[in-house]
Formats: sequence, C-alpha cells, structure tokens
Amino acid sequence: MSSPAGQNPAAAFVKAWTPGPLMPRGDARDGGLVFVIAVLCFFACVSAVCALAADRAATGWTAQLRDSATVLVRPSGGESADAAAARAAEALADVKGVSEARALEREQAAALLEPWLGKGVLADDLPVPRLVTLDLDPKAPPSAADLENALKAKAIDATVDDHSLWIKDIVRAAALARDAALAVFVLTALAAAAVIAFAARAVLATRREIVEVLHVAGAKDGFIAGLLAERFAAMAFVAGVGGAVLAAGFGAAVRLAGGGQGLTPVLPVAWTDLAALAPCPVIVACLASLAARSAALRLLKAAR
Amino acid sequence: MSRKPSHTFPASDADTARAEPEPVLNFAGVGLRYGRGEEVLREVSFTLDAGSFHFLTGPSGAGKSSLLKLIYRAERPSRGLITLFGQDLQVLPRSQLPLLRRRIGVVFQEFRLLEHLSAFDNVALPLRLAGRAPKSYRDDVAEMLAWVGLGSKLHAMPATLSGGEKQRLAIARAVMGQPDILLADEPTGNVDHEMGLRILRLFVELNRLGTTVLIASHDQELVARSGMPELRLDQGRLTAGAAP
Repeated sequence: MSSPAGQNPAAAFVKAWTPGPLMPRGDARDGGLVFVIAVLCFFACVSAVCALAADRAATGWTAQLRDSATVLVRPSGGESADAAAARAAEALADVKGVSEARALEREQAAALLEPWLGKGVLADDLPVPRLVTLDLDPKAPPSAADLENALKAKAIDATVDDHSLWIKDIVRAAALARDAALAVFVLTALAAAAVIAFAARAVLATRREIVEVLHVAGAKDGFIAGLLAERFAAMAFVAGVGGAVLAAGFGAAVRLAGGGQGLTPVLPVAWTDLAALAPCPVIVACLASLAARSAALRLLKAAR
Repeated sequence: MSRKPSHTFPASDADTARAEPEPVLNFAGVGLRYGRGEEVLREVSFTLDAGSFHFLTGPSGAGKSSLLKLIYRAERPSRGLITLFGQDLQVLPRSQLPLLRRRIGVVFQEFRLLEHLSAFDNVALPLRLAGRAPKSYRDDVAEMLAWVGLGSKLHAMPATLSGGEKQRLAIARAVMGQPDILLADEPTGNVDHEMGLRILRLFVELNRLGTTVLIASHDQELVARSGMPELRLDQGRLTAGAAP
C-alpha cells in the first residue's frame, strides 16, 4: 500500500471517495423546468431593460425641455414680424441664464406648421407667428417671469413657453412606463418563484422515500430543504444564464437596429443596459434557492 | 411467552455498577389508529432495558411495523405514553427529533436504500448527517461493509445487489452510527434461511457491543432458534412480552 499502484481497489476507492449527492441530481422533467425559468428570466430581463430605457428617456426628455424655452412673438405697431423676432432675440440674449437666443426665419416657422397644414399651402401674406428659441443654462435657467419682464421692458408683445406643462406630462408618462416595466419584472420574478416552489413540492412528493430515509437517519428539516434549495439554485442559474443571454441578444438587436437612439427614440436602449443583465443568473439562483427552501420547509413541517 | 433476555449488556461502565438495567423504551397503554379506522394497536404496554435483545412477533397485520414506527416517531400514538431514552415522544419538539433519531438505527422491511448512491455512500449516511468530516469515517465505513460481508462491493449500486446483500447493506447503514437501539422490521423476510441466520448473528454481535435490539419477525423458527425473549402482538394487543 506504499504506492497507489500497489493499493488494492477497495483501499483506493475508500481513499478517493467523496460523498455523493443525497438528492438525485435531476430527472427528465428538469429540462422543461429549466426552459420555463429561462423564458420567465428572459421576460424579466427584457422588462428590466425597458425600465432602464424608459427612465433614461424620461431623464433625457425633461433635460432637453428644461434646458430650452420657446417665445411666440406677435409683431405690433407696423413692425415686421422678422424685425420683432430679431428684437425679441436680442432682448432675451441679455437675460442672465440664457446661453443663446435664435429667431426662426419665416421658412423655419412654416416648416414647423407643415405636419398640420401640409407643404406649400401657406400664402405669402398669411401672418405666420415668429418664434424665438432659447438655449438655457442648465445650472441656473431663468424663470418664465424673467423672460417676460425682459420682453416687456422692450415693449415686445410675446408669449413665453418654458415647457413646464409638457415636462409634467412627459415625466408622468415616462414614470408610468418605467413603473409598468418594473411591475412586469416583479410579476415575472414572482411567477418564476411560484414555478420553482411548485417544482420543489413535486420533487419532495416524488422523492418521499428518500426524504423519509433522511429523516429517520436524523436529518433536520433545514438540511433537507437545503438540499432542494441547492438543486434548484443550480438549475435556475443555468436557466438564468440562458434567459439573460437571450435578453441581451434581443437588447443588442434593438440597439443595433435603431442606431444611437435604439430601435425608437421613445425607448433608447444603451449598451450599459445590457451590462445590467449580468447579475441576473445570480439573482434568479438566489430567488430559486429561497423559493425552494421555503416551499420545502412548509411541506416538511406540515408532514408530521 | 416472555423470557428473560439472555443478552443484556450495559451501555456504559457506570451502568455496570447498577443492579438493575436502565429502561431504554417504555410503552404505557399505547393505542394507534390511522385516520378514523379501527385501532391497529391497543393498550400496548412494555419496557425494554438497555442492552436487551427482543423479538417482536405476530402474524401479518398484527401491528408490528406500526409499533416500530411509533418508536422512531414516524407515527404518533392516538393514546398512551411512549418514553424513549427518558424522553416523552408525544411532547418532544420537532427540532429535537433529529438528535433523538440519530440514536436509533432502523432497518426497513423493504430496505429503503438510496438507489442513486453507492453502497459506501448508503452506509456513510448516518455519519454524514451527523455532520462528521468524510475523512474521519471513511475507513470505518469500509470496515463496516467488510463486517457485513460486502467488502468487495463498496462502489456497487443497490440495484446491482442481491436481496441478501441489500438486506446486509441496510443493516450496515442502520448500525453505522452506533445507535443505542436498533429496530429491524422483518430483516430476514427477503432472504433464505441460511442468510437469515447470518443476519441474526450480526444482530447478536451488535447486541454484545451494547446496542438494544428489537426485531420484528414472523419467522417463528428463527425466533425459537435464537433463544431470545419475545414480545408477541396479536390483533394489535400485546399477548406476551416484557412487563411494564
């Protein structure tokens, strides 16, 4: 027995022995369960990406709206519209917090009306309102009252739109989209937990004899529940990797299909969103472990 | 017919000094019914002393398996009192049950081996559940398997073993944790007479080492040849056996 080559087979077996799994590693139904968890994980990941994108979209839109303002200028006293707009731009450029003021030409103003009136239908003598667009200092933007006072000081008849009405609606809509995506994420995660708990109960039922032997041999409920938790965590991790990879592929396709803004500017997917899916397999494994453990403990304690 | 145990060995040196052996198990007026059915055990009362060896006999359906299940609390009595190692099983908290069961070795009638594990793993089970490190017991497991004549089947899966080998494997698993009491349900029911005698010799050997043994069997010839005392059940009543 001085060397492995000289050992008898039994002694070699004993020396190399490591404990086997007390619960069988898996059965034919595991494939179906992994598939279901992977699909749920995919939907959870997609909804998480949607939540991130909606949050980013809301932040982007509100920032754009907060950093700009629009002034509608009405010419008066025989002054031409172009002259009134130019004067308004000049007056507003001097207001503290205004980075740039630009008077839109008649053609630019007409272009803004095209979606409603169509192209080339504006008569030359039709009074088209002139607009002045303002870029504001995002750190210290002036208030609408500051801008109105500056215009009044120069006797310019104008209306200031600081987008505050739009911002509220957009923030509410974006928050709704984000919350809906998060709700779908949570519901999907709960559905996955319910599926795993159901499967854990099924495993306990089919392995009743093993559980009874373990109990009679002195195993604690927590130990047996731990065996199941371990088994389902491993299974869920594999499913989580599959679901996250699929979701990342889906997100990448959306990102590539839409260029810099994603598939649609309404929901801009960023590459960093996809990186956020990396912890998904670990999260789903923890969730599976908790669900399986809790279901098993409830069942074992109710047994006798 | 009740006989004085011919093999009564104290569990410790301290017990040796005592004139009377300490009772390990006591049944007092125990009854058991499943659901709303009739009682399968009625007014069962007896006491087993430490280191004693008893057979539990009776025809099929007499309640032998049910009585054994009450001892390792797989079932709970519908009335009466069961005391094991001085603990009232009726009020024993579930959290303390595993520790109690680690002092009991059980040989099931249908073996109940873990089919997905090797013979070695099956026998190692009680020590593993007790939380011992594999290195500390693997030689003991090999020795135990050799003791029951399975030294060459360490890695064999239960499905590949014969009935007698499975029976001996189940016995090895039951005694591996050095239980204070061994309960065996028809341990010779699936083997031929010769193998039955060999298994009986294993139990006697174990009893010599201090373990209290209670074997449920309907093999009257084996019981008679063993010369061990008997608790006889008939239609759920104890008709002969150790007095409480």
